[in-house]
Amino acid sequence: MSMGIRLDEKFQDRRKDGIEDAFMRQAVSSAQNRLRDGRLDAAGELGDWEAFRDHSEEIRQHVLEHLDYYLYQLSENVSKRGGSVFFAETPEEANRYIREVVRSKQAKHVVKSKSMVTEEIGLNEALQEEGCTVVESDLGEWILQLDEDPPSHIVAPALHKDRDAVHETFTAHGYTGSNDPTELGRYARQELRKDFLKAEVGITGCNFAIAESGAVGLVTNEGNGRMVTSLPDTVISVMGMERVVPSYEEFEVLVNMLCRSAVGQRLTSYITTFAGTRAVGEVDGPEEFHLVIVDNKRSGILGTQFQSVLQCIRCAACINVCPVYRHIGGHAYGSIYPGPIGAVLAPLLDGYENYKELPYASSLCGACTEACPVKIPLHELLIEHRRVIVEEKRQSPFVERIAMKGFAVTASSPFLFEAAEHVAPFATSPFATSGHIEKGLPAWTDSKDLPQPNKQTVRDWFKKRGNVE
Amino acid sequence: MPNVALFVTCLSDTLFPSVGQATVELLEHLGCEVTFPFEQTCCGQPAYNSGYHEETKKIAKHMIETFEQADAEYIVGPSGSCVMMMRDYPHLFQDDPVWGPRAEAHAAKTFELTQFIVDVLEVTDVGAKFPATATYHASCHMTRLLGIEAAPGKLLGNVDGLTMVPLANVHNCCGFGGTFSVKMPDVSVQMVDEKVESILQSGADVLIGADASCLMNIGGRLHKQGHPIKVMHIAEVLNEGVKQA
Repeated sequence: MSMGIRLDEKFQDRRKDGIEDAFMRQAVSSAQNRLRDGRLDAAGELGDWEAFRDHSEEIRQHVLEHLDYYLYQLSENVSKRGGSVFFAETPEEANRYIREVVRSKQAKHVVKSKSMVTEEIGLNEALQEEGCTVVESDLGEWILQLDEDPPSHIVAPALHKDRDAVHETFTAHGYTGSNDPTELGRYARQELRKDFLKAEVGITGCNFAIAESGAVGLVTNEGNGRMVTSLPDTVISVMGMERVVPSYEEFEVLVNMLCRSAVGQRLTSYITTFAGTRAVGEVDGPEEFHLVIVDNKRSGILGTQFQSVLQCIRCAACINVCPVYRHIGGHAYGSIYPGPIGAVLAPLLDGYENYKELPYASSLCGACTEACPVKIPLHELLIEHRRVIVEEKRQSPFVERIAMKGFAVTASSPFLFEAAEHVAPFATSPFATSGHIEKGLPAWTDSKDLPQPNKQTVRDWFKKRGNVE
Repeated sequence: MPNVALFVTCLSDTLFPSVGQATVELLEHLGCEVTFPFEQTCCGQPAYNSGYHEETKKIAKHMIETFEQADAEYIVGPSGSCVMMMRDYPHLFQDDPVWGPRAEAHAAKTFELTQFIVDVLEVTDVGAKFPATATYHASCHMTRLLGIEAAPGKLLGNVDGLTMVPLANVHNCCGFGGTFSVKMPDVSVQMVDEKVESILQSGADVLIGADASCLMNIGGRLHKQGHPIKVMHIAEVLNEGVKQA
């Protein structure tokens, strides 16, 4: 699955599909409520959450300011531990390199742990073209893979499915048990075990790479990351170029923030770090290790007004509080990154052409900004996208442009403004009944009534009371 | 006697004049001298949020100039959202050596009504009586961006006879979002419907808020669907309550 999903449909139609999917909406709103409460509890427990947010922001900003230094240090240390490092500027370069590794191993079976960046670059399709079977071993991702359904959330990709939906999917795959989650989970483990043992190549994502040691850190709840990195002879980790931390000290802080923000846990069940190839005397680990560092437009974001979006640690806290996501679901965004972070990131990674409507899919309520553990000013970046669309790309609708110019002229002239205030009651009177406008402005009055503008404004009233300045 | 220039907000001026009037009367009751700079227009937020920042600057300059001429100690408005916009003016003029400092000075003395009463006047009991069962809609810009969480609750908590009941999912946006509500009415209406559902379930007879824009949105939906819930701005509740006491 690459960056763009369901882009064949218009955003408006995708939203409609989401809004009409009562099942998905129920699943999403209850998950949002649960995840929000869990995050607040886990944050509260830490004590001074705001100080932790400040510190985390500082770490991420420091890394971004010195990204060249830390990436160099990281690659040196990966090499020292017997691994190979490849810098891929584009998705094509990354996929080509990984295909070559897989081909050189004559591998037919690839097993993966969860990775958003590989979704971003469309790695699975690239490997399937190579004739490989690619199995996702994260439970949520595996369910979706069986169903050929794209993820709707970056942490809980199958958030839009419940146990009955999973039961249906598994049954189509040969499962004969009940819809009991434990039994369903056991089936998944049994099936995935075969793939772990069969795979010649394991591919992982990377929550954070640690520059000073050359290690890759993985955060999982199922232990599948350990299977992927310890069983196959060849392991490839793929990371977005910004996902690096200087040392284990910063890793500890950010993993803490990630687990608490993403799922309300102090730590997830498995925090794995591994580095390089199997050393002499070690009992497990790969014979061959490759770290693929993907740029895919990220270096173009550095140094711009959007740089702070690269602070993101992919916890989805913003998605879990977004009221728009709540009602339209993840698929409507048409990007593998949905919600507020997706609305900021998708236009940057994939251009405005397909994604220029996403920055408007927000009431600017600021819930995302408030929830972000690394203090990305998400709603401000959405406004900044709008500004770029209006002032730099000049792609805002003509009617809106005229209306805004008119608004600015009126609102900077007291005479015109007061005149407009006094014209409004008469201009709207054909649509008004007993003080309310109930039709005539479809985008508003189809769903809501509007009070009719008053003939006596507050300023008229104030003047009449004799308090004129 | 604190000297206050009223920032009426365009929405209150035209659609909800009783909110502006209540604000004036309430501030006077609390011992303020209130003036009305008549040249004021709109804070410019619709243009700003839509990405028209050059247009917003024109409006902001006009507002800054207007309130400079009023020369009041404080600028007070009955809207967290509009006040947030004026507090944000310095952002617009970050690199402007002339307008930057003027925007800073303007922002520094601008307050939302409940924040002004509680933090500046240091009053939490305005001496009001308002027998009703009500729930409070916390507006997003006011709570999250201005950080005003406690002030409205403190003031309402001291109103004689007023029973406040909790609102489920109080943190979720009502779906207004300015131009968002007309650009994506499909999504906006889902948001307001969930809010309406929570209000109906709260058992309140009165919905109180501190932003006329959210109240216009929620109230407009309630009115369209014929729900008999009374929608009031906190300034109206406090001011009517003072008269009733």
